[in-house]
Amino acid sequence: MELDPLLLSRIQFAFVVSFHAIFPVFTIGLASYVALLEGLHFKTGNPAWARLSRFWTKVFAVAFGMGVVSGIVMSFQFGTNWSNFSQASANFLGPILSYEVVTAFFLEAAFLGVLLFGRDKVPRGTHLFAALMVAFGTFISAFWILAANSWMHTPAGVEFQDGMLHVRSWTEAIFNPSFPYRFTHMAVASFLTGSFVVAGVSAWYLTKGHRVEANRKALSMCLWMILILAPAQAVIGDYHGLNTLEYQPAKVAAMEGNWERQAGAPLLLFALPDQEAQTNRFEVGIPNMASIILTHSADGVVPGITETAVDEQPPVAIVFWTFRIMVGLGFAMIAFGLWGLVLRMRGNLYRPGLFHRVLPLMIAAPFIAVVAGWFTTESGRAPWLVYGMISFSEGLTPSLSGGMALTSLIGYMLVYAVVYSAGGYYMWQLVKGGMDDDAEPGADEVGAHPKRPLSAGGPIGDASPAAPTGRDWT
Amino acid sequence: MIDYTMIWAVIIAFGVIMYVLLDGFDLGVGILYPFAPNEDSRDVMMNTVAPFWDGNETWLVLGGAGLLGAFPLVYSVLLPALYLGVFLLLAGLIFRGVAFEFRFKAAPAQKRYWSISFAIGSAVAALAQGIVVGAYIQGFETENFAYVGGAFDWLTPFSVLTGIGLVLGYALLGSTWIIMKTEGEVQEWAYRLAPKLLAGVLGIFVIISFWTPLVDEFVRDRWFSNLFVIWLLPAGALGCAYLILRAINRREEGIPFVATMGLFVFTYLGLLASKWPYVVPPDYTLYDAASARESQAFLLIGVLFVVPVVLAYTAWTYWVFRGKVRLGEGYH
Repeated sequence: MELDPLLLSRIQFAFVVSFHAIFPVFTIGLASYVALLEGLHFKTGNPAWARLSRFWTKVFAVAFGMGVVSGIVMSFQFGTNWSNFSQASANFLGPILSYEVVTAFFLEAAFLGVLLFGRDKVPRGTHLFAALMVAFGTFISAFWILAANSWMHTPAGVEFQDGMLHVRSWTEAIFNPSFPYRFTHMAVASFLTGSFVVAGVSAWYLTKGHRVEANRKALSMCLWMILILAPAQAVIGDYHGLNTLEYQPAKVAAMEGNWERQAGAPLLLFALPDQEAQTNRFEVGIPNMASIILTHSADGVVPGITETAVDEQPPVAIVFWTFRIMVGLGFAMIAFGLWGLVLRMRGNLYRPGLFHRVLPLMIAAPFIAVVAGWFTTESGRAPWLVYGMISFSEGLTPSLSGGMALTSLIGYMLVYAVVYSAGGYYMWQLVKGGMDDDAEPGADEVGAHPKRPLSAGGPIGDASPAAPTGRDWT
Repeated sequence: MIDYTMIWAVIIAFGVIMYVLLDGFDLGVGILYPFAPNEDSRDVMMNTVAPFWDGNETWLVLGGAGLLGAFPLVYSVLLPALYLGVFLLLAGLIFRGVAFEFRFKAAPAQKRYWSISFAIGSAVAALAQGIVVGAYIQGFETENFAYVGGAFDWLTPFSVLTGIGLVLGYALLGSTWIIMKTEGEVQEWAYRLAPKLLAGVLGIFVIISFWTPLVDEFVRDRWFSNLFVIWLLPAGALGCAYLILRAINRREEGIPFVATMGLFVFTYLGLLASKWPYVVPPDYTLYDAASARESQAFLLIGVLFVVPVVLAYTAWTYWVFRGKVRLGEGYH
């Protein structure tokens, strides 16, 4: 079989970007949460807030560190596998991605060290300020990355000149048509992810009777967040979908599994899209519902996949199913928000029960939803790298052979398998170790280790003289 | 009219040498890891670089992103041309990076694996970078602003030699760093090792100097043209080598490291002067490779604002962690 460098490069990009994406989406939400905890501690002086903040800052540090490692790989992917695309779009993407790097480093240089290691070294107000700036910085990073990504979906403000895109308007290019929707959708996704992780871990600690006061507070505030944000996310997603309908109708058609343009299209709950036959098998749907959602009218017209030439169609099955996974998990999140509300009204929110045992499992939900959502939007853009301007095959590195691409793909898989297993193990040890202050004498020298996110968690498990294992779980 | 391309050339050139000097010594410490006298020495050695290494690697990422922004052609030709080499470089950097954390956290039985990971990762990353230098001197086969050569064009006897040269060079930087930052047994070991490394570096330096004009006509013409000033650069490098030796014989602690940095700077400037103004040799100059003027200007605003902050912060970190590192008082 001939190895296809194009397909392998796409798989490699999907692989490294999926592993990368789960960290920022978590750290953006968590950074804001830590800033909020710092603010509450500053205002009330309640040590429970400080305890929470201390613990979640450590988790933040590990996630941030793993994000940095996988981010270094990302910054080379465009050049190694998509060099024609890099060259053609560099006038816009070069500065935008560089601004992201510059923002991230500015943030790390100036404030991350203070947040991670300065808790007892700087005035509390300064520490709060650092926490706010780190949270703010994660948003600026997301701003640049999503500006770049949205521009690839709905390019604006540029024109081709001698084979390279030239920027005619930075404002139009950065604030391109899909950017506001994508940014909001992603920001809320980050908050939901952070909320579910914190809520899940807090619920787990409550079932163990560990640090009850702090974890009750954390559980309560996260469930309020979920109650409000999970439904809000559905509304934002709907608006995002309408924007996509306007600019990328083929993607929406694939999301709906709607092959022929039709009025009164059904909302398909289940189907097996068959790209070869250009139709679905085993459809189960709600009549007219897709039209109502997309056009707000029962017999509104929904575009069909067949309106796009067969070789320019997105892979329908992937788009269709990843979209359903995302939406399904979104509804599950709404349900958990409501379940929490019911328990709260009955006064049972803090009594360990089924809810508290299931909630930790829901930690996976927002991560899966985010990755599924990215698969929907990115596969749905196929075959375009820059929508309508540069296709996958035009953007591919011309000198890349299938063998080279396969070698690096297997290589990255092996590297990530080792590194992320170790990192995940470390993260688990951190959570299992509990929220007690691992006060290690001498480990917190003035100004010690200012820029080492991964080491902020301190030693794991039995390596620590003050390891909390086996005590204070009552 | 402001020549943004020239400003960017200076910024990128500065970023590259910052990376080489800073990550060079911590990679060097990793390369020397297997040869350390004992496990305690390894703990001390790692602690001398632990507070700095990821700040040092900042310059690599800044350089990568800056190239895409200011000289996209360099980015889009070199990365495909060095495809498998780039993978080895990244894999090396990842394995050595995580080793910093996991080695100290691992149970004693597993500690060894993370030491190996640190040493091999460092050596592979250094070798890959040195091979990049060799491949760069050889030039890249391009057509219509894209790389059209093969998957292993970068792997030649010449580039392997430059690769080994950089491994030895980084090891020299690492050994002189250890001299500066430690005392007792480890320091004495580094004092004994440094002159041998220097001899190796100079040996390869000489071979490369004779070989390069044979590999590359452009460099030959540049060297033997009327531009005699260019000969000051290798002379400066040799002067630094002399300073290193003298300082080691006198058991001075700081000079060997500073003089080794000087050796790198002179060699680097020599390389730049030999190739100027070609950034994607042999076909494309600085100006061919540049991005649009408005893009270079747009990015310059942010970089001029941030680079001073990063520099100040870097300096502050080194100040905080000044002085000798002793066993057991590492930052862990």
